[in-house]
Amino acid sequence: MTSWIIAPAILPAMTAALLILVWRRDIQMQRIVSVVATLALLGVAVFLYHLASDGEVHVYRLGAWPAPYGIVLVLDRLSATMVLLTAVLALAVLAYAVAGWDKRGRHFHALFQFQLLGLNGAFLTGDIFNLFVFFEVMLIASYGLMLHGGGARRLRAGFQYVAINIVASALFLIAIGLIYGVTGTLNMADLAVKVPQVAAGDQALLKTGALLLLLVFAIKAAFVPLHWWLPATYVAASAPVAALFAIMTKVGAYAIIRVYGTIFGADAGALADMAAPWILPAALLTLFVGAMGILASRSLLDLASFSIIASMGTLLIAVGLFDVDALTTALYYLVHSTLASAALFLLVDLVSERRGQTLDALVPANPISQSPLLGALFLLTALAVIGLPPLSGFIGKLMILNATYEAPQAWLIWTLVLGASLTMTIAFARAGSIVFWETEGPTTGSTWANARVEPMVVIAVLVCATAVLAVFAGPTVEALHATAEQALDPAGYIDAVLGGGQATAETPGG
Amino acid sequence: MELLVASAIGMMTAVGVYLVLNQRTFPVIVGLTLLSYAVNVFLFSSGRLAVDRPPIITGADAYTDPLPQALVLTAIVISFGMTALIVVLALRGFLETETDTADILTEDLAPEGEADKTAGAP
Repeated sequence: MTSWIIAPAILPAMTAALLILVWRRDIQMQRIVSVVATLALLGVAVFLYHLASDGEVHVYRLGAWPAPYGIVLVLDRLSATMVLLTAVLALAVLAYAVAGWDKRGRHFHALFQFQLLGLNGAFLTGDIFNLFVFFEVMLIASYGLMLHGGGARRLRAGFQYVAINIVASALFLIAIGLIYGVTGTLNMADLAVKVPQVAAGDQALLKTGALLLLLVFAIKAAFVPLHWWLPATYVAASAPVAALFAIMTKVGAYAIIRVYGTIFGADAGALADMAAPWILPAALLTLFVGAMGILASRSLLDLASFSIIASMGTLLIAVGLFDVDALTTALYYLVHSTLASAALFLLVDLVSERRGQTLDALVPANPISQSPLLGALFLLTALAVIGLPPLSGFIGKLMILNATYEAPQAWLIWTLVLGASLTMTIAFARAGSIVFWETEGPTTGSTWANARVEPMVVIAVLVCATAVLAVFAGPTVEALHATAEQALDPAGYIDAVLGGGQATAETPGG
Repeated sequence: MELLVASAIGMMTAVGVYLVLNQRTFPVIVGLTLLSYAVNVFLFSSGRLAVDRPPIITGADAYTDPLPQALVLTAIVISFGMTALIVVLALRGFLETETDTADILTEDLAPEGEADKTAGAP
């Protein structure tokens, strides 16, 4: 049974290789194979979620090497949830892309599958260096996807995106070197055992390494002031790619939860909870800058990009508290904001392709075709992104306010979260009025006779998903509560990976 | 030897950071390459510096840690691939726009303006 844990990594890797080798010129076959593979991935993800929902931590040892020496893949509730979310998002984005976007450049489907390989691998791995490798797989694929469609503007934004990520990778390796030099291990479970035992003289070095690692994850998660790459990249990327990237920032959030919840969590002795004093202020600042960015946006894509930054801020406020209730709400908000942001990026694409030369600029222009339907979808997506009732964003924000009620900085968190919601409401209302109401002249865009219906269906499905998340908030929160409990309690994780007795196994060298 | 390795890492990192902050793509790429060299040497030294010891347990009591060497190999392969990619990107960008700047130009951004994101653009 545990061999299935590697399937979310193997399946996209094989599919991508096949797509390049066999069907590199046949877009129709590429589409069929890619969709079938992603459907299969969704099946595997559902199965793994079911497997993990018994509360056990399942371990797959690559090459059957015993734990601190070999690389392990670890499936617990948290990684299963993330893999399932990735599969759902991937299927939606792919369904949108096959309506035409995938023809605007080469190898979209192969790169897409490689991206899934990197994402799933990063969620499943139980080894820090392996996490680095999967980050790189994910990033290399994302460079290709980001440039999909070509053009000078994408090339230049792409250069910045690649450059900042290479710098982040260098920092990641330095952090790994420091951590390995002090503890002699890179296995997450083994690290969780070794970190509390580190000699007092080495603690400063280990702390430096751990904080450098936080810096890397902060770049991925677009913490202010490390967020400048995000709007430039997401605005330049093609719509389905930007929608898929909605989960890339969440990888940073996941890595923070995993590393600072399991390894440097409450049991880490002198280094316990050391990320918390950094994350909360950064998260508050991120929310503030995100909300200001939304208000200052002069195009719909800017609006969507900065709403990702604002949602990361909201999410990380809850992560930064590192207790079970707050983490539950963080995970709920994570699932919600991934779906909502993806829907927003796809919707912006539909609107701007109908506006001709004006594209997504927030200036009065011709009325667009199908504007009642697109307008309604915009309203619903905006409700979800801002966090107004009745969709899941409202429940997420309410839970965050509730979870932070007793925190010492509650007044600041409440002011910022509520203030940001108000700012976002104003900005979205203004954007919607300009695009859908302040119009004159003849209608532009494809008529019902020749418009593709699938893209609208995809967006509607994503919006419905947030509605479902709101309706079934009870059971979802219950499951996520168990997930948060498991993620913050390293004992079960260590036990499963190291098998009890091996916890103090000697590592070579030193 | 510690001093030599440490100062080499420091020098490469300092020069790398300086070059990465440059405005043109070519120095940025050289800087990124230097940074990755510094990182490779640093990773290598995380297994402690030792001379004349095999990276394998042979029965002799002195051996050096093989894991950092494996890590460095992986890191070299990845950084080599990344460098190749960013060189191609910079070249394509140069050929398509005939400028070598690493900034996002104002005219690149839809719609007009967004001056805050392009601070320092020529």
